[in-house]
Amino acid sequence: MLDYVKRVILVLSGKGGVGKSTISTQLALTLKERGYKVGLLDIDLCGPSVPYLLNLEGQNVHQGPEGWVPVYLDQEQRLGVMSIGFLLSSRNDAVVWRGPKKTSMIKQFLEDVYWQDLDFLVIDTPPGTSDEHITVMENLRQVPQCTAILVTTPQEVAIEDVRKEITFCKKTGITIMGIIENMSGYECPTCNECTNIFSSGGGESLAEYAKIPYLGSIPIDPRMGKLAGQGLAAVKELPGSNTSRVFTELVLQLGESFNGT
Amino acid sequence: MSTVPDNAPQHCPGTQSEDAGKASACAGCPNQNICASGDASRPDPAIDIIKARLSNVKHKILILSGKGGVGKSTVTSLLGHGLAAKSPDVNVGILDADICGPSQPRVLGVRGEQVHNSGSGWSPVYVTDNLSLMSIGFLLQSPDDAVIWRGPKKNGMIKQFLSEVDWGDLDYLLIDTPPGTSDEHLSAVQYLSQAGLSGAIVVTTPQEVALLDVRKEIHFCQKVGVRLLGVVENMSLFVCPNCQSRSEIFPATTGGAQQMCSELNVPLLGKLPLDPLLARCCDQGKDFLQELPNSPAVLALHDIVTKIVTTCEKENSR
Repeated sequence: MLDYVKRVILVLSGKGGVGKSTISTQLALTLKERGYKVGLLDIDLCGPSVPYLLNLEGQNVHQGPEGWVPVYLDQEQRLGVMSIGFLLSSRNDAVVWRGPKKTSMIKQFLEDVYWQDLDFLVIDTPPGTSDEHITVMENLRQVPQCTAILVTTPQEVAIEDVRKEITFCKKTGITIMGIIENMSGYECPTCNECTNIFSSGGGESLAEYAKIPYLGSIPIDPRMGKLAGQGLAAVKELPGSNTSRVFTELVLQLGESFNGT
Repeated sequence: MSTVPDNAPQHCPGTQSEDAGKASACAGCPNQNICASGDASRPDPAIDIIKARLSNVKHKILILSGKGGVGKSTVTSLLGHGLAAKSPDVNVGILDADICGPSQPRVLGVRGEQVHNSGSGWSPVYVTDNLSLMSIGFLLQSPDDAVIWRGPKKNGMIKQFLSEVDWGDLDYLLIDTPPGTSDEHLSAVQYLSQAGLSGAIVVTTPQEVALLDVRKEIHFCQKVGVRLLGVVENMSLFVCPNCQSRSEIFPATTGGAQQMCSELNVPLLGKLPLDPLLARCCDQGKDFLQELPNSPAVLALHDIVTKIVTTCEKENSR
């Protein structure tokens, strides 16, 4: 089913809560704004966040003649989304599954979803280096155009887990496009003093240490937090923000390497 | 819970089923004899071993959250320090069940320590005289080492941690878990089913995207029959160190933990503010309670610790 997908981007992080889903959704939205056809696959089965972030909760996946039809964000069907959240009857339902069941669900997502022609497929992952990740890697081995974007926050505690994820990428042979540092600093709305709540510079020094390109840092921006749950692109709503700058550059870079091949 | 093994033939009735080894699908299965003998449907012998091993541990508490990065490990370490600070006679152990991303060695400042094996089992690493820790982080050679394991191997590790660590006499054993509702959580609950689990503490942050996953975790607790001791809301408010004004970094658009707790009828143990100094203490592995005894986070924490102690002791006297 991935035959018609030109390029796959995995969003990974060893650590949870660093913003993988936020970055995946914003990346997909930015790509869409730039005119690409995009798919977004959420393989976090125990904690799917993508339906909420894109304001698609309560939508249903339909079975078409060619396979599962993803949920589309827009009328023109430029951004298709697939998540286990669409298959649960209530948003409080817990998916209490051990590895083998998760593995077969992900296989189905990769094999049975009819994405049509896609320029990019963005895959949002859960934290860790376990069942979900191994399964995705095994199934993507035959896809030549597959890269990973690593997300971290600046603190040592997060960096430590992301280092493990780098080792995972090396062991499984996936190329790393680069590291994004999220939640870099917070500008107090009252006095404009910038506080590095979770320290700073961690992502950049990790990139240097591991010899991986550094893709930029995204500050903590409460306006971004408000965009969550609405399915709006930062590049469109907050064009002047640092966040929007990072995503614009990222998509430019992706587009260049895309046209180059 | 399904008990059909990974590699079972189609229509396998499940190893715990009455038809195990006798159904028509079992013909030709290499494990038919084992299933037919009834050995497979007996409870895992490890459960009894774990019960014996943890018989000197008074209260066993799981720290859970559906969401990652909300501060499970931070809250666990703070609770550990907080409980241990009550009195030198209170012994606290922390078990880090996050196999793929162990954070406790760093947060507690004992990175690079070694676990020793003796006749009575693995001895944990002592952070202070009455606070000990066991984590897979101690077993890795380099911080870059990734533990790329599927479920069964992780379960085996957790089983070993529960059955082979020589904790000594403990008043509290805090079990820090990875995010989600999967192998590690099911295993921990299953292996501790006979040993007696006091309950679970669920950690969340105020935004809806975290609460969404935390509701699932509460649902999980109800499904597997684990008592909820309460919810801790972390990163509630940010107090600017420059102008002391308060702001909400992670806005509680849906009423935060308070609203969720009253909806689901679970107790809210307290709210911890977001303090940059706390994040720094965690990175450096310092005891935040001793470094900054008057910070609002520490005061809130003491309150939470007291509530936990009261709940646990009430249960004991019953």
